[in-house]
Amino acid sequence: MELLWFGTVAGMLAVYVVLDGFDLGAGAVHLFVARNDLERRMVLAAIGPVWDGNEVWLLAGGGALFMAFPVAYAVGFSGFYLPLMLLLWVIILRGLSIELRGHIENPLWAAFWDAGFAVGSALIAIVLGAALGNVLRGVPLDGTGTFQLPLFDTFWPGPSSGVLDAYTVLVGVFTLLALGGHGALYVAWKTEGAVHRRCMRAGAWLWYGAGGLFPIVTWATVRVAPELPGVASGRPLVWVLLLAVIAAVGTLVGGLVRGRSRVAFVGSAGTLFTLLGTAAAARWPVLLRSTIAPGLSLDAYAAATSSHGLRVAMCWAAIGLPLACAYFVFLARAFRGKVQLAPSPGPRHS
Amino acid sequence: MVDALFWHRLHFGFTITFHYLFPQLTMGLALLIVLLKWKAYRSGSTLHGDAARFWARIFGISFAVGVVTGIPMEFQFGTNWSRFSQYAGGVIGQTLAMEGMFAFFLESTFLGLFLYGEKRLSPRGHLAAAIALWAGSWLSGYFIIATNAFMQHPVGHALGPSGRLELVDFWAFVLNPWAIWQYLHNMTAAVVTSSFVMAGVGAFWALSRKFPEQAALNVRLGVTAGLVASCLMVFPTGDRQGKMVAHHQPAALAAMEGLFESGPNAELAIIGQPDLRARRLENPVVVPGMLSFLIYGSFGSTVVGLNDIPEDRWPDNVELLYYAYHVMAGLGTLFIALMAICAVQLRRGKLLATRPLLWALMLAMPFPYIATTAGWTTAELGRQPWVIYGLMRTAEGTSPRVSAGNALFTLIGFSGVYLVVGILFLYLVGREVGHGPGTTEAHAAPVPSLSREAA
Repeated sequence: MELLWFGTVAGMLAVYVVLDGFDLGAGAVHLFVARNDLERRMVLAAIGPVWDGNEVWLLAGGGALFMAFPVAYAVGFSGFYLPLMLLLWVIILRGLSIELRGHIENPLWAAFWDAGFAVGSALIAIVLGAALGNVLRGVPLDGTGTFQLPLFDTFWPGPSSGVLDAYTVLVGVFTLLALGGHGALYVAWKTEGAVHRRCMRAGAWLWYGAGGLFPIVTWATVRVAPELPGVASGRPLVWVLLLAVIAAVGTLVGGLVRGRSRVAFVGSAGTLFTLLGTAAAARWPVLLRSTIAPGLSLDAYAAATSSHGLRVAMCWAAIGLPLACAYFVFLARAFRGKVQLAPSPGPRHS
Repeated sequence: MVDALFWHRLHFGFTITFHYLFPQLTMGLALLIVLLKWKAYRSGSTLHGDAARFWARIFGISFAVGVVTGIPMEFQFGTNWSRFSQYAGGVIGQTLAMEGMFAFFLESTFLGLFLYGEKRLSPRGHLAAAIALWAGSWLSGYFIIATNAFMQHPVGHALGPSGRLELVDFWAFVLNPWAIWQYLHNMTAAVVTSSFVMAGVGAFWALSRKFPEQAALNVRLGVTAGLVASCLMVFPTGDRQGKMVAHHQPAALAAMEGLFESGPNAELAIIGQPDLRARRLENPVVVPGMLSFLIYGSFGSTVVGLNDIPEDRWPDNVELLYYAYHVMAGLGTLFIALMAICAVQLRRGKLLATRPLLWALMLAMPFPYIATTAGWTTAELGRQPWVIYGLMRTAEGTSPRVSAGNALFTLIGFSGVYLVVGILFLYLVGREVGHGPGTTEAHAAPVPSLSREAA
């Protein structure tokens, strides 16, 4: 049961990264790929109906973590107190930027929220990456079962490094490149004309950049968590997922080379999902790795609630998750096709 | 430096109070929008369709603010209340996770369809999206109330071997009797808020002689729904809620009523200030026997006063609890009076010509917000000194590694962010109200300006 919920929570968070990833990425690149008001409204229209639902995966995944592994949720969230609060403020800024931009037709108003959308999206992407970096690297969980991390201390990864160190920032930059590419490909898929062409180019360059960085990230991960390869190589699922990563990357590159935005986007989504899946499969059952001593790490068994609670929750999740997917498919079908915008923005209340 | 507990409590109290200003409007409006859409669908009335579209714009702004201020709430269980989360997460995590899975997905999907999809859907499909949105937002409310109900009146749990609470009886937990009455009380309050806003906006238009037909429609629907919901607030939902508090949280009830002496013929205090040192109510204006009657149905029944409850089980802020409760109950009574007078004039066809009443309706808009805030303050202060009634004290629920200074810093940060958010909200809503509802012709015009209309 713990394994099943570990997989469910990891899967939900991976879906979150894939879905919210494309609207975060779209935000991070939209200043560059969309050059005028019309094109920017096109980008917003492409994510407008779905971004809120995408973000719900974070809340739902967080809720599932809270329910299934209350100790991990409590220790992790209180340990990352300040960074999480800063992240919340950025999330607020970005959400408002998307929702409020269209309410007033004024170039300054639009420019302000465009900047908020871009900066907010890029920061969130970096923070998500840094968060993943923290989970892979571990945190100074001590004998009390708690920790508190400074924002940054010694920047070089080590026992006293903070939330941001060279490793977590590296993962953050990798994430920004990957999600930027992912978002650009989504916008490319949903648009035509100049925006489409620029997005295809941006998507390719960003993904190639992420690909170039990937060996360094892998090398660094092994440096900060040396036990990972040994544990992971003994698990068949990890090998299966690695094959899936290769297939997804192949699809992505194939789509990019042949200029097929939809294929490339599917490959990009698959790459993100399978990479995260591989990390989770390699990491089981550790939820929070202790950098002080391996024995102090918090694993799924110690963090989980009672097996009765987990079983009950699996019953309703078996209804809720398919429903959530059905809504998503329904929404995607309702807004299928390329974004169509009227050529000239008229006054708001004509 | 005051201890961290104080800042953690203020932190959560402030952020949840600010957050809830928005969902109460959206949950109530969701129902009113369904009514408008239904009427527009059945009769083909463009007037109702225009009104629905106008309120959908207000809904969209309020919903967006509700979402961005709601995300910090889910985080704060872990960031500021980690010992509480560890202890109770296995139980209350159930409803919080279910809210995400069953309500948030439903809401966010159909919000997208409802706000962006009027042109892509048939009128029937668009009505269905409005209904789904209403269902999603009210479902979300239930899961949150069920979570709070567990903290007020824990059921369906057991203490596990790890020293943490575990879920034992799922249905007892989800169908907590406390949750059901609190939910109905809370949702009628949301309808009160949105009806007052609707009637107030209609009154504003009528007073400024703009959009006469829309003004009349909004005043009519706002007053009708407002009267019904205000009455339901008091009876049966408020009545049953009060009886539950009396039954399960006698200390909270005694403090709410400012009752120190136990005894039969307990008085209902209308006015007065509790003096804790002298253990009495100052300058009291009371109705003799009324409290006993309201709780037990007979004047002779004994109500327990604070003097007979050990002080370490008293709510830690009796005065604020007393005032909050009286503000809520007093405003609730005034709401019925105002709406009843308006309804009488409405039936006589004279409401739109009675300018003093229109002024009253317009100026009444903020008061349901004050009443709901006071109501929640009553519920949450009444629960003290427990974070989970009878099981865990609030002081035992905080995050041990988060200092008072950190909590104060982020509290100040949230205050600043929310100040800006509040100003933006008022500005944008005020702007929409000033522009008024568009007409169907304008909506169908070939130059849609917004991404949401063209998506």
